[in-house]
Amino acid sequence: MLTIRRDLVDAMVAHARRDHPDEACGVIAGPDGSDRPERFIPMLNAARSPTFYEFDSADLLRLYREMDANDEVPVVIYHSHTATEAYPSRTDAKIAAEPFAHYVLVSTRDPHSHELRSFRIVDGVITEEPVEVVESYRFAHTGPDDVPEQ
Amino acid sequence: MAVTVSIPTILRTHTGGEKTVPAAGATLAEVIDDLEANHGGLKARLVKDGTLHRFVNVYVNDEDVRFAGGLEAKVADGDNVTILPAVAGGAR
Repeated sequence: MLTIRRDLVDAMVAHARRDHPDEACGVIAGPDGSDRPERFIPMLNAARSPTFYEFDSADLLRLYREMDANDEVPVVIYHSHTATEAYPSRTDAKIAAEPFAHYVLVSTRDPHSHELRSFRIVDGVITEEPVEVVESYRFAHTGPDDVPEQ
Repeated sequence: MAVTVSIPTILRTHTGGEKTVPAAGATLAEVIDDLEANHGGLKARLVKDGTLHRFVNVYVNDEDVRFAGGLEAKVADGDNVTILPAVAGGAR
């Protein structure tokens, strides 16, 4: 299950809407071992395409160095589908290389209501998981007790 | 040339969980062969048909090797080689 704060969900949806009809993408980093998304990092889609996304390679290096320095991991990796459902495509599954991340997809094909779903993708196998949206992590029982919550 | 190689999470099964491993070589190709000698299976995850996989990014220090000769990119003593899978996908 993905437990995630409402403001982070809103931020992903807003980013997806802003970049529509191109695909939007980004990461929500969190403390290593916490499984708790905290730091919202919208990324540039270097492909600038309605059917493909890719983090720019220099941005990718900077992002991972920054996360390493902060003891963070990419808890959520999100991207949008702008004309299809919020379900990983064959390409998404084939390329996905973070077995511990929650892959969140946002569909913006309907201009009035979005669809947001979360998946694990391990060795190309897609498993959908429930999404629990919370106002705060304080009472959501995320992470070990020795990691301060926000 | 002795270099330090950063291994991404998904490939750490080949390095016994280590995040960084030492390797040697004068070019990236030699570094990868040396990695393969000590951590079998890594090469196939990085190289296909004599070139780097499209969705694996390799950097020597701060430079993406795609812009520095690919597998023939030169490495020097003390360089850091970073392997990062691309974060990419698409609707099709």
